[in-house]
Amino acid sequence: MRGPMADQQTGTEVDIEAIAATARAGLAAADDEAALESWRVAQLGRKGVLTSVLRQLAGLPIEERRRIGAEANALKTELEAALESRRLSLAGERLAATVAGGQVDVTLPGRTKRVGRLHPITQTLREMTDIFVSMGFAVTEGPEVETDYYNFGALLIAPDHPARDMQDTLYIDYQRDGAYPFMLRTHTSPNQVRFMEQHQPPIRVVVPGRCYRNEATDPTHEWMITQIELLAVDEGISLADLKGTLFEFAKRMFGQERKVRFRCDYFPYVEPGVDMSIDCFLCGGEGCRMCHNEGWIEIMGAGMVHPQILTNMGYDAERVTGFAAGIGAERVCLLRNGIEDIRSFYQNDLRFLEQF
Amino acid sequence: MRVSLKWLADYVDVTLSPEELAHKLTMAGMESAAIENIGGDWDSELITVGNVLDVQPHPDADRLVLATVDHGGTEPQTVVCGAPNVEAGQRIAFARAGAKLIDGRSGERAVLKPAKIRGVESAGMVCSGKELGLSSDHEGILVLAADAPVGTALSTYLGDAVLDLDLTPNRPDWMSMLGIAREVAALTGATVREPQHTYDDQADENVPAVVAVEIADPDLCSRYVATVVEGVTLGPSPQWLQERVTAGGMRPINNVVDITNYVMMELGQPLHAFDFSAVQDAKIVVRRAREGEKLTTLDGEERTLTKDMLVIADAKKPVALAGVMGGADSEITEQTTTILLESATFHPGCIRRTAAALRSRTEASARFEKGLSPELAVIAAQRATKLLVELAGGRALHGYVDSYPAPAEEVRIDLTRRRLEQVLGIDLPTSKVRAALTSLGFSVRWSPPELYEVRVPYWRTDVRISDDLAEEVARVIGYDQIPTTNLSGALPSVAAQPLRNLRESLRDACAAAGMQEVITYSLTTQELLARVLPEDEMAARPPLKVAHTVSSEYEYLRPTLWASVLRTAAANLRRHDGELALFEAARVYLPPPRERLEAGELPDEREHVVGVVTGQREDRWGRASDEAVDFFDAKGYVDAALAAVGLTPALSQAERFALLPGRTGAVSVDGRDVGVIGQVHPAVAAQFDIDQDVYVFELVVDELLEVAAGDRVYESDFRYPPVVQDLALVVDRDLPADQVRSAIEQHKLVRAARIFDVYEGEGIADGKKSLALSVTYQAPDRTLTLEEVAKAQDSLLKRLAKEFSAELRA
Ligand SMILES: [Zn+2]
Repeated sequence: MRGPMADQQTGTEVDIEAIAATARAGLAAADDEAALESWRVAQLGRKGVLTSVLRQLAGLPIEERRRIGAEANALKTELEAALESRRLSLAGERLAATVAGGQVDVTLPGRTKRVGRLHPITQTLREMTDIFVSMGFAVTEGPEVETDYYNFGALLIAPDHPARDMQDTLYIDYQRDGAYPFMLRTHTSPNQVRFMEQHQPPIRVVVPGRCYRNEATDPTHEWMITQIELLAVDEGISLADLKGTLFEFAKRMFGQERKVRFRCDYFPYVEPGVDMSIDCFLCGGEGCRMCHNEGWIEIMGAGMVHPQILTNMGYDAERVTGFAAGIGAERVCLLRNGIEDIRSFYQNDLRFLEQF
Repeated sequence: MRVSLKWLADYVDVTLSPEELAHKLTMAGMESAAIENIGGDWDSELITVGNVLDVQPHPDADRLVLATVDHGGTEPQTVVCGAPNVEAGQRIAFARAGAKLIDGRSGERAVLKPAKIRGVESAGMVCSGKELGLSSDHEGILVLAADAPVGTALSTYLGDAVLDLDLTPNRPDWMSMLGIAREVAALTGATVREPQHTYDDQADENVPAVVAVEIADPDLCSRYVATVVEGVTLGPSPQWLQERVTAGGMRPINNVVDITNYVMMELGQPLHAFDFSAVQDAKIVVRRAREGEKLTTLDGEERTLTKDMLVIADAKKPVALAGVMGGADSEITEQTTTILLESATFHPGCIRRTAAALRSRTEASARFEKGLSPELAVIAAQRATKLLVELAGGRALHGYVDSYPAPAEEVRIDLTRRRLEQVLGIDLPTSKVRAALTSLGFSVRWSPPELYEVRVPYWRTDVRISDDLAEEVARVIGYDQIPTTNLSGALPSVAAQPLRNLRESLRDACAAAGMQEVITYSLTTQELLARVLPEDEMAARPPLKVAHTVSSEYEYLRPTLWASVLRTAAANLRRHDGELALFEAARVYLPPPRERLEAGELPDEREHVVGVVTGQREDRWGRASDEAVDFFDAKGYVDAALAAVGLTPALSQAERFALLPGRTGAVSVDGRDVGVIGQVHPAVAAQFDIDQDVYVFELVVDELLEVAAGDRVYESDFRYPPVVQDLALVVDRDLPADQVRSAIEQHKLVRAARIFDVYEGEGIADGKKSLALSVTYQAPDRTLTLEEVAKAQDSLLKRLAKEFSAELRA
């Protein structure tokens, strides 16, 4: 270091040119950030060469002091600019080196982040629910273990009603007066009644949930199913509104190009009763195995709520009318995704689930 | 129900193709599941009705004959025939060379070629049922009715299309050819031809004079009609009747039985023929069975009856199980000469229960249980009696017995135009409404400006209210004619669904954290549940069982999801490496105590989220590493799930059945127990065939809802810079680290404290551990000075020393 030396040699000639030459050479030799920093400290720092030159000026004649002071300040400015420029060019070199030698193989796999997925039935159920919610329906849920009253009686399915054959029931193994008062709900329809008991029209609700049937399983039948029940009650609701609502749902769920068909069907708790079908995904209506050669696939059971039910709820059935509909998520997912066996859903094989 | 269009043509002219008809019926509520085309592929030129003129032995073969057949062509043809039953004078199905038939032996479709059989030229064939695709019979040739018109195309004579209709249970009238014909007529604009039911009653006696009928239980039998036919000769039915009975899916037995079956299929009214001589004292009593009373039915089974069942009895004993099956003792036999024919209306529920209890649902009970019209009883009795007279050589006694204690009145409905529009959403022209209803047999009087006065025909037991008529109108004009509109009314107010929202958020959060959702069955086995539930709990609150399940694998309503999710994990482990993290969000069913169940209380259905985590962590390439997942992987999922809903769990050491002590933590939020995390006890894991460390967690959504964060309030006090300092503390090894951390967080200048290392071993005394914490100091109202921070840390250390004997690590 020249600082302390200069102190002792007060009055000696200060060679700015020599200082400048040494500094320039030093800067050219600095080839990384650390070297640049130590060069800066040595040349431009508080205890650096230029600072000590300026300090030495105190003892010099005024003329000398002015000249050397101006030269030293000019050199300081020059060196600061040179440092900045050297810094930039080094950064450029570094980047160039990185690009040249250190490029990544972008085709390598990404650093694995675990991906979780929702079950396809959850996804389907949500999609269906969301469509109805966007139409102004609220979501509500109800119990899966039901009483005979809610699952059957209140829906006008008396104990000896032949419609009980339509739905093989899983009863809770508990008998009272020779009958089974509790069962796993066979459909989400009991919630129509539960909801109407608690609310006055206007009503627009969807009820998603698990339902159960006591039946042997095969590729198209599953004993546990997931349904969405749809209920709207208000003044002025007609079969035309039911058609419109289901039509809109079908288009959004299955695509604008799908054809929709409404035909008469029977459910004890609706009058008139409706079955909604869409044209077969696979054959487009020509007839194939999937649609049992009919070209149409049944998607939804529906109808106008039986006025007796409305009356039983304390509504004025001459004033208000309503519609109800039910749709199964498994069937929808099966059709949309080309799944061959409905039992795949609850076998939960990851090789299956991970595809959704 | 199988509907032969050929048979249907007896009652209505069908101009539509079978496919078009099937479509129309489907749209109107009678779903046509399949169309069977009989003879659709028979060439009408080449396969005709033939007459066997002559049968001669084959010159070179014992078992072959030469049959000369007139097939309506210019010249009779002689062919070689191997069937044992070919005889001169028979009408048969004759195929000429070029016809497509089914090969009798191979079952393949093949074109018939002229052939030389044992030296004799043969350019045609007398067909068997199998060759025509009619049956599997290839033993003999198909013999046609003696009056079959020779030369007629077989497809015209024998061809048929059979619709297989899925009928809805509200329409007993559809369970008859006439009912279908009425429907077809309404949908196609045709007219129905009702079958004849008048006959000459040649005998002098009156039926009521020879038989007495008493309905002892009129609640179960609303009408009982009987006729008597004497001098009946039992024998095979004529060909046409046999064909009808076969077409309806039943087996021809004898003329009497065939007639009762035929009329049942034709009109929908089941009938029963008794051997009148077996009816004691010529007396019929319709009564409830006595408890334990026995009756041997037609199928030879001795039935033990209960007092809920209805029987037809004579003066002494039951002779038939009403509506289900006749008794063996009064069965029609070769010796029978006089028949008592029953046509009655029974209570649908009673018949349904009886048939179910005795496991003998019959064609008859299937009709009765849907509720028949009492009007039909008389018509069917007369129709069958007429056929007994004509086809079984009988003489009908005059009139009939009619026990009808409370005659039903004709149903009339006032349908308003307003209601029709209200339900259907369209104001239909009066003419259309009237035409639709009239075509179905309703009689309609329009009284302007509003009212349709409708009289319901007797067979429509399902139509009782205006809206039933609305459906009839819509059905006939077609649902596609109903407009399509959007709901227009005011949107109802929506009640919040906090439990559902929380559950769905947790579901999303678990998936987002990297877990795969599974959905498993709500029913399981007791054995599986016992693996994860303590015996005393199972005994105290036994899981609810379902009756008559299809599979013993699905018998008990689960009060826990653990067993199902563990089993699913085990099943997937076999073909999985790396980390396996599954979860299910579903309900568990907690049975109410017996007395509350008896009071009608439903099980407590609670929402649980259960996760199972096991396997090896994955490396940079997603491959299984050597490092097994541990407790903290499972806890990490819980933390993530709860963080997503704004909750921070606190854990405390716990013990839980099926979990390993020391590796089990109870999860709480704000002091409320909300779940558990733990390593499944290896002994339990082994029961699931899992031989590696496996962790399970359970969150009870209902409990979480109680502590769920409301709307989060934004805190804006980040204006003043925080000071972060690390702290290493030596504490007792057994001291739960979070206690230290939360004690630090209680200091008013500490905004947060995080644990970032735990160390035991060299440099740390036995029984001690070093905890490294990162402490963030921050004040809401000022920038903290280093002096303030130092002071705060001092006071913290003093407190920690006092509370936990914690020392600053040197
Ligand atoms: Zn298809």
